[in-house]
Amino acid sequence: MDVILFLIFAVIAVVCGINVVVQSHPISSAISLIGVMGSLAVLYLLLGAEFLAAAQVIVYAGAIMVLFVFVIMLLNAGSETRRGRSFMAQLLGVPLLIAFLGLMAFFVQRLFPGAADVHFGAFRGGTALAVGRALFTQFLLPFEVVSVLILIAILGAVVLARKELE
Amino acid sequence: MNFFLLSLIKAVVVAFVLLTTLAYLQWVERKVIAHIQVRLGPSRVGPHGLMQPLADVIKLITKEDLIPPHVNKFLFLAAPFFAITMALLSISVIPFGPDLHAFGGDTWMQLADLNIGVLFVLAVSSMGVYGIAIAGWASNNKYSLLGGLRSSAQMISYELPLSLAVAAPLLLSNTLSLRGLVDHQAGYYLGFIPRWNVFQTPMPQIFSFVIFLIAAFAETNRIPFDLPEAENELVAGYHTEYSSMKFAAFFMAEYSNMVTVCAMTTTLFLGGWLPLWPASAGSSFVPVALFLGVGLIALYHGLHPARRHDRLTLPVVAAVFFGLALLFLIPAVQSVLLPLFWFAAKTGTLLFLFIWIRGTLPRFRYDQLMAFAWKRMFPIAVLNLLVTGLLVAVFS
Amino acid sequence: MMTGVPLSWYLILSAVLFTLGVAGFVFRRNIITVFMSIELMLNAVNLSFITFSYQLKQVNGHIFSFFVMVVAAAEAAVGLAIILTVFKNRSTLNIDDVSSMKN
Repeated sequence: MDVILFLIFAVIAVVCGINVVVQSHPISSAISLIGVMGSLAVLYLLLGAEFLAAAQVIVYAGAIMVLFVFVIMLLNAGSETRRGRSFMAQLLGVPLLIAFLGLMAFFVQRLFPGAADVHFGAFRGGTALAVGRALFTQFLLPFEVVSVLILIAILGAVVLARKELE
Repeated sequence: MNFFLLSLIKAVVVAFVLLTTLAYLQWVERKVIAHIQVRLGPSRVGPHGLMQPLADVIKLITKEDLIPPHVNKFLFLAAPFFAITMALLSISVIPFGPDLHAFGGDTWMQLADLNIGVLFVLAVSSMGVYGIAIAGWASNNKYSLLGGLRSSAQMISYELPLSLAVAAPLLLSNTLSLRGLVDHQAGYYLGFIPRWNVFQTPMPQIFSFVIFLIAAFAETNRIPFDLPEAENELVAGYHTEYSSMKFAAFFMAEYSNMVTVCAMTTTLFLGGWLPLWPASAGSSFVPVALFLGVGLIALYHGLHPARRHDRLTLPVVAAVFFGLALLFLIPAVQSVLLPLFWFAAKTGTLLFLFIWIRGTLPRFRYDQLMAFAWKRMFPIAVLNLLVTGLLVAVFS
Repeated sequence: MMTGVPLSWYLILSAVLFTLGVAGFVFRRNIITVFMSIELMLNAVNLSFITFSYQLKQVNGHIFSFFVMVVAAAEAAVGLAIILTVFKNRSTLNIDDVSSMKN
């Protein structure tokens, strides 16, 4: 059952990922990216990270991607036009990527022979309680720093996007 | 019984009840708004217009399903599907009652008790923004695009005070699971004041309740926050180009969001399926008294009817309510029906509040709406959370 | 029935998504699509963090993943504001056209 669920959502994630890169209109890429994030949220649930799965949907798919979709709708710039690409890039591009991928997969298989299988429900330390406890005791300083980072980002976005005061 | 079979039966029952409620919620809304505006509302199709939802469903199904040629086909077809999926999904974690021992099995009156129930509802409601935004974009029409963008901006702006208002009772209850939230609100102070979250020490969550309700109005695009679908402003906003079943899907999604939000308010703040005063003091007879009262009023009006056919229909209504009152007297079904009655009563009162406000208030202008969210509700919600946190830390 | 999924499959999935993100970043010319490829890479890394958190039976991976999400949110907000400004000044979203400093 775990294998079936993993395979279904991994295939959805990869197909949507390919779609993000291949589609010509940015809105289709954005919708596919939402699909990737949704299937990744399910995979996080299978790995026992329930709080992170909910945070992924609320923050990533429900807020960041809405921001992307907004900007694409506001700018309304249309599909990307194909210009001349260098022949060398087209010839070597996809095979090199597949070779890169195969290399990484090989190293992953080689370096982690003793890894345990993933069973749904085997790791119970991903609850909101555990994450909250670690976040506010062991990782308190990074938490505060990240809060200041968000404040800076809000100020930056407001300053960049406001109308010019002539 | 087998877990899958039991879950399937529960899911079918909940889906059936929810869809019937949605259809008749529309009837209730039209009647209540009509009586607020001193007119009759639907009264021709069946007695008192009770067959009107059926007629509407038949009309919407048999209408011609137009897909305009200039739209983005895939997104046009996907948007109402997405909207209604997300709207119907969050009802699966709402608890309707305590444990149920029936049909040889032990189960509880809820479809799925997640550890992160509250976060699940927030996540699904964040995803509901996409149905509207994509519908506005796919229609390839400036009115739809404006309506879709405005609606999405409104929904994500009000998600923030909504989440902050939700966080305050979570500080009191120490759990994210909805069943745990309701269980924490069991019991009574001084023997008769219920320990619902609006009344709970160290900090009664009255401000959170009000902020949650106001943000809920904005999340579900109801008046006074319904500028994105205002008929006299934007043609029909994001669902201008939709016809037949796709339009019905958006409609159903809006009502379903309303039901979900009222159910969440009940669970978070009003004690879910818990009764108003202890059963030992006779709260089990409240539904009996209520239905008897309604039956008697219907019978009285049936004797001096305003219209000729009411001589038949009102006594039938009275008989139905007397039958319901008798049903609540049977001890065997009382343990199942009483929590459902209290849950339905509280949710129904909140739904009536939604409809009442629709008939009474004018709508906000868009800049007033956004300023209200960011300049008034957000600081109040943060302040409320701070005060709650402080009192919880000091008193426990 | 109780066979689990080998851990390396999750890591390979993370590698595949990361590679797709790199491909999008290098080969696409619309600035918003390039940005979305960056988000795809960040998501792949998140999956990798959570996989290792499962392996080591600790919650630290979840915390790092949480911080990655927060940083991605901040970066998306500021980055999109910059894209809006670039569009206002150049009226194009093609990164090859924003090259007035190239000799």
